[in-house]
Amino acid sequence: MVRIGVTTFQGDVEEHLAATREALRRLGVPGEVVTVKLPEEVEGLDALIIPGGESTVMGRLAQRTGALDAIRRRVLEGMPVLGTCAGLIFLAKRVYDRVVGETGQPLLGVLDVLVERNAYGRQRESFEVELDIPALGARGFRAVFIRAPSILEVGEGVEVLASYGNRPVAVRQEAVYGTTFHPELSGSTAFHEALVREAVRFSRR
Amino acid sequence: MISLVLSDRERPGVRELESYGRLVRRGTTAVKRGFAHMLKHGVVMDVTNVEQAQIAEEAGAVAVMVLDKLPYDVRKAGGVARTASIKAIEEIMDHVTIPVMAKCRIGHTWEARVLEEVGVDMIDESEVLTPADEERHIWKWDFTTPFVCGARDLGEALRRIEEGASMIRTKGEPGTGNVAEAVRHMRIVKAEIRRIRAIYEEGDEQELIKAARELRVSYELVVETARLGRLPVVNFAAGGIATPADAALMMSLGCDGIFVGSGIFKSADPLERAQAIVLATTYWDRPEKVLEAQRMVSEAKSMTGMDLKTLELRMQERGTG
Repeated sequence: MVRIGVTTFQGDVEEHLAATREALRRLGVPGEVVTVKLPEEVEGLDALIIPGGESTVMGRLAQRTGALDAIRRRVLEGMPVLGTCAGLIFLAKRVYDRVVGETGQPLLGVLDVLVERNAYGRQRESFEVELDIPALGARGFRAVFIRAPSILEVGEGVEVLASYGNRPVAVRQEAVYGTTFHPELSGSTAFHEALVREAVRFSRR
Repeated sequence: MISLVLSDRERPGVRELESYGRLVRRGTTAVKRGFAHMLKHGVVMDVTNVEQAQIAEEAGAVAVMVLDKLPYDVRKAGGVARTASIKAIEEIMDHVTIPVMAKCRIGHTWEARVLEEVGVDMIDESEVLTPADEERHIWKWDFTTPFVCGARDLGEALRRIEEGASMIRTKGEPGTGNVAEAVRHMRIVKAEIRRIRAIYEEGDEQELIKAARELRVSYELVVETARLGRLPVVNFAAGGIATPADAALMMSLGCDGIFVGSGIFKSADPLERAQAIVLATTYWDRPEKVLEAQRMVSEAKSMTGMDLKTLELRMQERGTG
């Protein structure tokens, strides 16, 4: 029995709830998927997902309510986490924006990457493309990039799971997963299944 | 997952290019509706200049909506309300990192084209501005930029989706600081969905076809809505929201997020009120948090509301076809 949370500060929460339930079903893992927006709700989770949305909004609400510190502590204890798009930004150590430079926004800082926000441009430049993600055994993965960030630098302990062009778009540092696109919109549950497997390992520790 | 119903119409708005040896597609239904999905549980705030846009961003707005005048002032000014100055839109785009939306007149395809060229992230084909075409809305499938449209009932909402809207919001009654119409519109949509859902569960195809005729939309869109038990695109509340408790009320009715028009910048405490409405939108189901939010604002500083019975202009009655 694993317990997986999805942060509900802001963003496409419901898509992650559905994808995670589907991943549990496909893997035959008994578990529950819950929403998380208060610090006490972070306790007892075997994994956490931070959805797409606006990273500045999530960061401010998480900071205000004390959930930011609670999440960071659990991730440093080894709790697996998946951040997609804004979620990746929230996980990152350093964030840069072309419009305002260093953003100074509240971050978890648990994933050793430098991320540029809105790196591909505005919504008009948002796109979808099919990617191969060999580390997860996925071919022709429908990757949807929405005002997506870009990973400019990765630290030593960071494994690149997928790239598009010359930039990493999916990375992993131990049990911390981040994607610049939205696997929760793709119809494939490859990333959610990877997280469920991590949650099972973590729950048995 | 994003509902892709009717996406066979998306072709005119899709831009294809090859990048790093792969086919890249912009403006697909998934990309346009997906953008709206990223706004969920958030607050979009009406602004008229850079200063207001920065206050909104600082307060935790998920996007800003640029207008020439706030809806309250549109009411006061009378005359023809048009899309905002391009200069104002561009300045705001250069000073905030969150998405920037702008309004165009109902049916005004070329105001929308101009907004798309400027590069706004979403276009609101809005009843707050004076309609340019009394008969029809913009055919929004022709655009790469996603659209949001207002609706008072299920038929209006589905007709807008059929025309290519990627997001719906209640019309409410803009610029009044009175949430009653937004509540009414949300309740109507919910009740109508409940009705077609019941027909769908009974498997009564004849009644579903009849419902589609009454709603004046395609059968497949009605079936999709009935199957999902909700609108197939993101649905926000708008029109008259002025306090944190108003936002929490709308979220409790099943909205995906909130638009605040005049409520923030026609109040005397805009930054605190904006922060408080963001807090109440996320924590709407936690009364202690809504209280915390409500404590951040003063009723004495709320915008003066308007009684709906005395209104000369009912903006919600524009563009209902």
